[in-house]
Amino acid sequence: MAYDIQTWVKLAAFAGGGVAMGLGAIGAAIGEGYTAAQANTAVSRNTGMSGDIFKSMLVGQAVAESASIFALVIAILLLFIDISNATVLKAVSLFAGGLCMGFGAIGSGVGSGLPGGQACLGMVRQPAMSGRLMTNMLIGSAVCQTPAIFAMVVSLILIFMDFGGAPLCPTWAALLGAGLSMGLASIGSGMGGGFAAGASCEGIARQPDSVGNVTTTMLVGQAVAQTPAIFGLLISFVLMFKAYPESTALSPAMALLAAGISMGFGGIGPGIGNGLTAEGAVRWVARNMNYAGDLMRIMLVGQAVSQSTAIYAMVISLVLIFVV
Amino acid sequence: MAVEGADIIKAAAFLGAGLAMGLGAIGPGVGEGMAAAKTCEAIGKNPREAGLLTRTMLVGQAVSESTGIYSLVIALLLLFVV
Repeated sequence: MAYDIQTWVKLAAFAGGGVAMGLGAIGAAIGEGYTAAQANTAVSRNTGMSGDIFKSMLVGQAVAESASIFALVIAILLLFIDISNATVLKAVSLFAGGLCMGFGAIGSGVGSGLPGGQACLGMVRQPAMSGRLMTNMLIGSAVCQTPAIFAMVVSLILIFMDFGGAPLCPTWAALLGAGLSMGLASIGSGMGGGFAAGASCEGIARQPDSVGNVTTTMLVGQAVAQTPAIFGLLISFVLMFKAYPESTALSPAMALLAAGISMGFGGIGPGIGNGLTAEGAVRWVARNMNYAGDLMRIMLVGQAVSQSTAIYAMVISLVLIFVV
Repeated sequence: MAVEGADIIKAAAFLGAGLAMGLGAIGPGVGEGMAAAKTCEAIGKNPREAGLLTRTMLVGQAVSESTGIYSLVIALLLLFVV
């Protein structure tokens, strides 16, 4: 069985496109389902407001949808891309691009659905705050999208980058590692950002006076929850743009692939954990506004400790890239 | 591609180090986040005990961190010793 290289690149592009859309559909569907479920609960509490609730449900779902639309764009690109200069490296980078976007859309899709649902419930509880809830929902879910946007950027670089004369071995492993690092690391950050944003919508509806404090705490908490995704982006940029000496041995390639795996998986837990902490802090800032400063401080201390494992993972990745 | 025994062992050690640290970081990250979330809740309910609660949180997180540190140690052993 002898296939020419053109066939292999096509195979990788189609497989990458399938993976991108298949994995990319998971998160947004769960997030939007949550929004719709909360909207139904809200309508059952006050049928008179069903029009407003319906509108804000659709707006919330539209934002959550964007993560899977990014995946759709990447999948379509991969299906119809022009592969005139086919190399084995191109095949690997197209597949890695699909993998990156597929994993990268999961967290943001789930996370963005949470503020939408809580905003619908909040409108019923506090109709006078509808406008403010909508604003807060949009800000919160926009921040949740950033990991998916990072993943799309890395994915587009992987798809369109010209690797020129880079040696096949070990560059193939670096490209695959770059896709995994960014894709997996964005799962936790996307979900974590959503926890904080959901709690902020709930908190504003419970205690409208707390809106300023709640929004500030939410944004700080979300920013910290994004850092694992930023570490993932950093490692994948290093992996993509570093030049590697040619080597026929297996171990340098495995070191680069392992660097991506370490940072990718290592970013999931701290992203979720930081989000849970931010959720707790935002919820209690709304209930006990006088202690907003104390809560912000304890949130940051708790997040810093939770972050440490992402930093260990980044250290191991950097050692794998630069030292061994 | 000439693959020798020593090369395969090294490659497996590198891959193992990446998997150990990557997967090992998930649990402590989530667990420490939960501990901190509950501490925020407790301080919200009872702000006067903030000092005691912070201390308890840090001790609890330190214990939860230990599995992350085990992963780090195993990863470093795989990279430099084995």
